[in-house]
Amino acid sequence: MTTLSLGGGRAVPARYVPVLVTGCLFVAMFVVGGIRYEGFASGQVVLNVFIDNAFLLVVAVGMTFVILTGGIDLSVGSVVALSTMISASLMAGPGWPPYVVVPLVLLVGSGLGLLMGWLVHAFDIQPFIVTLAGMFLARGLCYTIGTESIPIEDATFTAFAQTRIDLFADLWISPSVVIAAVVVLAAAYVLHYTRLGRAVYATGGSEQSALLMGLPVGRTKVAVYTISGFCSALGGVLLSFYMLSGYGLHAVGMELDAIAAVVIGGTLLTGGTGFLFGTVLGVLVLGLIQTILSFEGTLSSWWTKIFIGLLLFAFILLQRLFSARRRP
Amino acid sequence: MTDHILRMSGITKTFPGVKALQDVTLSVRRGEIHAICGENGAGKSTLMKVLSGVYPHGTYEGEIHFDGERGEFGGIRDSERAGIVIIHQELALSPQLSIAENIFLGNERARRGFIDWNRTNYEAAQLMARVGLRENPTTVVSDIGVGKQQLVEIAKALSKEVKLLILDEPTAALNDDDSAHLLDLLRGLRDEGITCVIISHKLNEVTAIADSVTIIRDGRTIETLDMATDAVTEDRIISGMVGRALDNRYPPHEPTIGAEVLRIEDWTVHSPSQPGRKVVDGAALTLRRGEIVGLAGLMGAGRTELAMSLFGRTYGVNISGRVFKDGKPIEIRTVQDAIRHGIAYATEDRKRYGLNLIEDIKRNVSAAALSGLSRRGWVDEHEEYAVAQRFHKSMNIKAPSVSSVVGKLSGGNQQKVVLSKWILTEPDVLILDEPTRGIDVGAKYEIYTIINRLADEGRAVLVISSELPELLGLCDRIYTLSEGRITGEVPRREATQERLMHLMTKGQE
Repeated sequence: MTTLSLGGGRAVPARYVPVLVTGCLFVAMFVVGGIRYEGFASGQVVLNVFIDNAFLLVVAVGMTFVILTGGIDLSVGSVVALSTMISASLMAGPGWPPYVVVPLVLLVGSGLGLLMGWLVHAFDIQPFIVTLAGMFLARGLCYTIGTESIPIEDATFTAFAQTRIDLFADLWISPSVVIAAVVVLAAAYVLHYTRLGRAVYATGGSEQSALLMGLPVGRTKVAVYTISGFCSALGGVLLSFYMLSGYGLHAVGMELDAIAAVVIGGTLLTGGTGFLFGTVLGVLVLGLIQTILSFEGTLSSWWTKIFIGLLLFAFILLQRLFSARRRP
Repeated sequence: MTDHILRMSGITKTFPGVKALQDVTLSVRRGEIHAICGENGAGKSTLMKVLSGVYPHGTYEGEIHFDGERGEFGGIRDSERAGIVIIHQELALSPQLSIAENIFLGNERARRGFIDWNRTNYEAAQLMARVGLRENPTTVVSDIGVGKQQLVEIAKALSKEVKLLILDEPTAALNDDDSAHLLDLLRGLRDEGITCVIISHKLNEVTAIADSVTIIRDGRTIETLDMATDAVTEDRIISGMVGRALDNRYPPHEPTIGAEVLRIEDWTVHSPSQPGRKVVDGAALTLRRGEIVGLAGLMGAGRTELAMSLFGRTYGVNISGRVFKDGKPIEIRTVQDAIRHGIAYATEDRKRYGLNLIEDIKRNVSAAALSGLSRRGWVDEHEEYAVAQRFHKSMNIKAPSVSSVVGKLSGGNQQKVVLSKWILTEPDVLILDEPTRGIDVGAKYEIYTIINRLADEGRAVLVISSELPELLGLCDRIYTLSEGRITGEVPRREATQERLMHLMTKGQE
């Protein structure tokens, strides 16, 4: 079966179904929220989801690259924390300006990713182990900088962070949302229109066959971890906009949120299929769960985790059904 | 009346679309060594899987009588309990456990739920003495050679009080000394009353050791020969194995043979898992433009290994030898090098190594030639689509569109995608490994036509195939490979199945 018919005989290729399901889920949640809660069904609620989760979105983009090759990156949360810490300490202590600090942070994150990617490729070690080590390393480095939260008081930085970009009709977004959108578009372009993107999908589809087709599998693997490192560092910068502080306990467990977003977005954990648009939807679904719970008011925030847990189960089952059908 | 320990009759086993076994009969006398011979794919292994319960009772037709009882085995455990043990070509040992642990794996010597190590090692030592394995029972299996691992397998079988021991290509991976020792051991076991069935391609071993031979061809029993009463020679077995006529399943082709395009000399490749063993040993080949050359060899002869080691060293370690392209020496270190030098290799395992099954046709077609379809890293999707469309039409790929997922296509159409992918890289040399494996007859004809066309375009084609009729019907010249060495080069006119089979089964002198 190549296709799945949905209503009126319209056929959707099987690979788009998970993304479509996530999309429908998002719409359904929004409609339910709109019926239940006063003031929920407004454009700003959706935009707030973007504003509150811009950093997660950027991190999840990097994670999508890695998972598409069939790998995993557990270090992203720690790299985010390390980035907030480096930014805050350099701006607070020696008083370096943001336009020096931010590129430096991005460089450190990419460098860490490059190192992990190289270890994965050169020594053929499971990405799980390498990035687990990277996770501990980056988290540990945070505490060598400081064990307390460091506030960011740099004037340019705070001004930029608090900028409101007004859209039409009272709607607004933050600069972080613009940055995240640019990252998403650039990443989608790379994945779908470049040789690197092809190599990413081919490596995840079947590493051995990609090797025998002469595709640069090794270089691709190093590249995706570097991209993920860069995205984590950028996510860290966006998180410092949001928090206006650097702290070693920022973004604890964020790697799991990112993985959850990617999986809910329909990307197979074994690699090879998935879309960046799905990841965006995945992040939105996670964000919307939080919003609904905050509208509900009486439920504790741990309910978020329970819903994410249930959703993940549902999506993994869904993926299982599809892959089972593909390999009879 | 003779005492038969095993009688299989009327065994028919069907897989979707293929009749692997058809009314097969096999009778083995108690206490003999019985050999089963047949070409690759004749159905030997399937028959042994039916016998050992890998294909459980009810999934095949026919009857098995073993040791006076009906054998209706639901799984390997059942057949082992009855006393049938099968030792596969790929040994099934746990490499990080000791010899003693392996021997009693799943059958542990335990007391009240705890393993009795003294008894385990003591009994292991006794069994090892029986098979002539001089090692410490606590030695880890990965530290001993394949020959000795084979003996561990046999010791394991003896620990289960085996009545019928089945060995699938037991000497394929062994050197001469180990093979000789193994054959002696089998004779010893026969004298102890253990019946052996061996599946072997090495006919000299078969004639040396077996008491009777059953020949299987195309899933049917052809004959059972008694070594003592019938005058059985290797020739006699070969004619039984191949005896079928060639019909016109091959499109006619008049080659126009041009200049030499690829030559390899003294090509030697070592096994990555056993660095001492030569998988390809001093091979030399010459390919010319417009020519279709065959490479014949039995399983384990080193055909795929030769091709893959040549194709960017994707197999093997310690590769040595010289490669000449158009008369000039070249170095091929990676797959990219090979593609750049105009060499393409279509693998025998299409689904695992040849295609990205979850991607569509156009992305598979473009995968190996992406650099030609892109500028500064950006893929020209229109060009890619146009190219895929062109192949969709010219190769007659039966699929709704070039966006169809490759995993859903039939074997023949998948193979056309693989060929399209390689043709797009503009190769001078195409190495096609089992190009028609798992493809139905009609599609085979199409593949043959494509191969002829490739040769007519001035490319050299090397076809590796287990099916001798295919090589005879398609190739202008055929090399034979046996135990990693080129044992012959036969032009089409002089080639017969018998002659090739002789060369393919020629052992080391």
